[in-house]
Amino acid sequence: MTLLPETTQKKLGLVIDLDVCVGCHACVVNCKEWNTGGYGAPLSDVEPYGDNPSGAWLNRIHTFEITPADAPAQIVHFPKSCLHCEDAPCVTVCPTGASYKRSEDGIVLVEEDKCIGCGLCAWACPYGAREMDPVENVMKKCTLCVDRIYNDNLLEIDRTPACVKTCPANARHFGDFADPNSAVSIMTLERGGYDLMPEMDTKPVNKYLPPRPKANPATAASESKQLAPAFAPKAGEGLLGWIDRALEKLG
Amino acid sequence: MAVPAIEAEKSPHVSDEIRKTTCYMCACRCGINVHLRKGENGQPKIRYIEGNRDHPINKGVLCAKGSAGIMQHYSPARLSKPLKRVGERGEGKFEEIEWDEALAIAGKWLGDVRASDPKKLAFFTGRDQSQSFTGWWAQQFGTPNFAAHGGFCSVNMAAGGIYTFGGAFWEFGAPDWEKSEFFMIFGVAEDHDSNPIKMGLSRMKARGKKIVGVNPVRTGYNAIADEWVAITPGTDGLFVLAIVHELLKAGKIDLDYLIRYTNAPWLVIDDPDADDHGLFARDKDGNALVLDRKTGKAVAYNKKGVKSHLKGEVKLGRLGRGKRRAVPSFELLARKYLSEEYAPENVSETTGIPVNQIKRLAAEIAEAAFEKEVVVHQPWTDMKGEKHDKMIGRPVAFHAMRGISAHSNGFQTCRSIHLLQILLGSIDSPGGFRFKPPYPRPIAGQPKPHGGNKPNEPLSGPHLGFLRSPQEMLINEDGSPQRIDKAFSWEAPMSSHGLMHMVISNAHARDPYGIDVLFMYMANMSWNSSMNSVGVMKMLTDKDEDGEYIIPKIIYSDAYSSEMVAFADLILPDTTYLERHDAISMLDRPISEPEAMCDAIRWPVIEPDRDVRGFQTTLINLGSLLKLPGMTNEDGTAKYKDYADYITNHQRKPGIGPLAGWRGKDGSKTGRGEPNPDQIQRYIENGGFSETHVPKEALYFKHANMAWQNWAVEMGLQDAPVENVFQLYLEPLRQFQLCAEGKAKPEPPESHKQRILQCFDPLPSWYEPFEGTAIDTKEFPYHALTQRPAAMYHSWGSQNAWLRQIHGSNPMYIPSEICDEAGLEDGDWAWIISHHGRIKVPVARMGAVNNKTMWTWNAIGKRKGAWSLSPGAPESTKGFLLNHIINELLPPKGDGLRWSNSDPITGQAAWFDLRVRVEKAEADEELSLPQYDEQKNPVDRKTETLSYGKEWTK
Repeated sequence: MTLLPETTQKKLGLVIDLDVCVGCHACVVNCKEWNTGGYGAPLSDVEPYGDNPSGAWLNRIHTFEITPADAPAQIVHFPKSCLHCEDAPCVTVCPTGASYKRSEDGIVLVEEDKCIGCGLCAWACPYGAREMDPVENVMKKCTLCVDRIYNDNLLEIDRTPACVKTCPANARHFGDFADPNSAVSIMTLERGGYDLMPEMDTKPVNKYLPPRPKANPATAASESKQLAPAFAPKAGEGLLGWIDRALEKLG
Repeated sequence: MAVPAIEAEKSPHVSDEIRKTTCYMCACRCGINVHLRKGENGQPKIRYIEGNRDHPINKGVLCAKGSAGIMQHYSPARLSKPLKRVGERGEGKFEEIEWDEALAIAGKWLGDVRASDPKKLAFFTGRDQSQSFTGWWAQQFGTPNFAAHGGFCSVNMAAGGIYTFGGAFWEFGAPDWEKSEFFMIFGVAEDHDSNPIKMGLSRMKARGKKIVGVNPVRTGYNAIADEWVAITPGTDGLFVLAIVHELLKAGKIDLDYLIRYTNAPWLVIDDPDADDHGLFARDKDGNALVLDRKTGKAVAYNKKGVKSHLKGEVKLGRLGRGKRRAVPSFELLARKYLSEEYAPENVSETTGIPVNQIKRLAAEIAEAAFEKEVVVHQPWTDMKGEKHDKMIGRPVAFHAMRGISAHSNGFQTCRSIHLLQILLGSIDSPGGFRFKPPYPRPIAGQPKPHGGNKPNEPLSGPHLGFLRSPQEMLINEDGSPQRIDKAFSWEAPMSSHGLMHMVISNAHARDPYGIDVLFMYMANMSWNSSMNSVGVMKMLTDKDEDGEYIIPKIIYSDAYSSEMVAFADLILPDTTYLERHDAISMLDRPISEPEAMCDAIRWPVIEPDRDVRGFQTTLINLGSLLKLPGMTNEDGTAKYKDYADYITNHQRKPGIGPLAGWRGKDGSKTGRGEPNPDQIQRYIENGGFSETHVPKEALYFKHANMAWQNWAVEMGLQDAPVENVFQLYLEPLRQFQLCAEGKAKPEPPESHKQRILQCFDPLPSWYEPFEGTAIDTKEFPYHALTQRPAAMYHSWGSQNAWLRQIHGSNPMYIPSEICDEAGLEDGDWAWIISHHGRIKVPVARMGAVNNKTMWTWNAIGKRKGAWSLSPGAPESTKGFLLNHIINELLPPKGDGLRWSNSDPITGQAAWFDLRVRVEKAEADEELSLPQYDEQKNPVDRKTETLSYGKEWTK
């Protein structure tokens, strides 16, 4: 059993904008390539060229089809990584203190030297956001690129998680939710950002922005926006008469 | 237990060095920063690849493919040494040879052909990004048979655009993401320009503007579009022309734009019995005539002060008293599209789009174009010398790609979209579609196609180009094709990119003739880059009655152990994209953006650890071995050491070379200038690219903008101003019809006449895709197509340990209605049956798809054993290709002929015309069918676990 800090100075996390995520996997793969050579053990791949290739990833995209009653079915791409919960059950369940939440910035990390690979934290996480490395047998999870965000060896502009920097659709934003004036806090407020599965009482820090409503193909143009005929096709004038008048206006 | 307080290292070492080059994980060509760090053996190893923030294409972002470049570079499927076939072709038995021997063999084969009958070399380069070089090499060799993969990719897009307005979607233009009010994207699934499109969509969303996705499948970009148009494949042209119908009816078109920039006022001869019926009426200098509103007379369109009319009738002949009449092309256009045939009510069923949706979208387009006009307060002067104090934009933008292109009606559909853009006045106006330098480049600024076949002599010009009239076709006196792929012949007269997909089939049929050497680069023809893959494999291995291979010699260059490798006699191993020099050149397909002329290089950011050479360097070496002109000095020595030497020192004409940046001896010149020995170094210092901004007064209306013309000449993009009148009415098409009517020469074979009359309409038109008209649609009621996943670029992605975990196999996504009818559930297996064959595939139900269309991911299926994958890899056991059920020929029509499954105008392969039915497969082995013998690999398989970067972690 490991304790959570009562409060954290910062609440670092991600805003993920489901309105623009096209499910391209840029974040997924850039995360893998940064982190396999970064914090902790590599993200291993078993049977990389074999019959059942599999490996550890810190971020995955889930694709859902939703079927509204009165509109065509649609696809939602849903990237998911650790949400760095304030009440993180993956921390409290850890028997060795390997899984912990940092009091300075709220990042949930695994101290791999202490990890015994028991997997309890992965069971406890309601989001399925942790993955056991198949080779090193330690628990891997999103670190919010803790080895990037404070790293003096990187330009200041690059001190952001790899997934955020690489996202072509600008669907991922990084910041401090403890600061009500941060871009991520404002964005969450303005766009109706929400918690994933709030009923689990984990108080996730990461937020999701909902897709904006889609137009229904069956909808007709409102009366004021319908195209009015410029001419009466069968009543004498026709298009050619209209051209005469229109060209006169051009001079 | 206490709250743990553990200090993670704040600033760990990242990398020892960053080298900046150009990505090649797809065709997008983003800038990348390759981080190198010392590996276990003390040598530099790739630590991380990220987007280059300064780069004009991707501005720092990078997609899944680009980020997986590490796994591509270190793929176990990399070839490591030249190989010579020792077994039977297709068996995959090779012996390793030295480069000297490999070049000697290739040199002997090629030299014999060049000295006797150069056309017996068919040289086709697949996803080549160096066509200005490979084409030039083939030109010096003297074979008429060269093309890259444009013919099965997107020639309809390129030719439709260039013939119509001197530009094209993707490489030669882009939506005005920052100013557009309304954006409609047709048939694009992560194809090309992938990062810029994602960035652009995001910008549109951030500005709160509407995005409409027109696509049978609602994934990717269409998933985030504000509105989805669930179109039936192959009917986009009809949908677009219905919008045109609505706009014309409402008078929502930009007449001023049409008069200024298009041939809408040009007079078309109306004299049904004459040999020039339907051509433009011209004065004695060849200038098209227009009807002057002031005088009522026909005068040259470019006469100063003319006020062109868009309707009316004029008598031709001296003093306007002749019997012959002519009318402005706009009048023909208006009459055509105002016809009830194009009314939303009459296209709804065919297109699968509700009437309300078509009408509402037309109204929204009109509102965006005319109620939300964008004004840029930038004075400019047009090519007639008229000064304008501002730039007025019609902020409606469109983009389209393979969903439009890969149909037999794709050329006309593409032209229909451009017609819509032009009627709105949105081509290169603020908020619309913007040209990218060196475009605009109308037909007048494009090369013509060149043929020829003289021993030991080069061709007189480039192979590929844009013919202006039927007389410029590459046919013999008897009408037979000059080229092996039958490009620029009656089969496909305006096939500006050639027909790579017909080469093997024609060579095998010895129609129009047999060849001696097939030389290919990066083209997986025995698998995913051919229609009828099974047939192609047989054609490559078939022998004649003398026991000789019908295609006698095959030279192939690839970096990896692809399916095609097994069918080569000689393999010239290429490098990976991080080990090579390349020029992304202004002479070919540069990386410009609308506001800047940009080109780029690749350079060896890491040295090869195998005995491989960049293919272009191998070509240079072969060129000097063969003493080809342009590659040989007067004393017979080699002119260029390697491709880098060529990039630096080659001049296509004085002062113009492969790269535009840092020219001149001291690197002070741009565009034009003598070669600079330090040019590549200057590119490297600048991050691998050059970027030169277009002057402000030249940013829009480039097609008619004097400042643009002057700048383009200064930069060496063209040698003189080129007039660019948009060709809504495309006269060359009418000329072909006159040939078919027997009124002009050359006369097409009888068998082609009907098709030419039907399809070569000089005004954009729609006709049903051919496959659907050649089969019984009750027997094959559904459409089947593929789209490329965002995280995988054609066949080579499957060797990538990371990407194959994302797309390791591909189900057939089938609409729920069809599943219910066929009794299919998720996870079942089904037979997909076309007129050509059947495949057994895993099934996934889907709702967000046009209800007559099933689809799958492109090129995931692999031949067993290829790409160094295990024989039981899911790519082979569950993955599949649609290619097996697509024929390169249409079903027999009973006329004794077999017609190519291509667009009749451009020859574009009509992949997406495929029609199928579906049957539940018996519940036996879960294995996709057909299966083939395991391909033997000339490289080893890696079975161990991968822990990439372990040496740097702790």
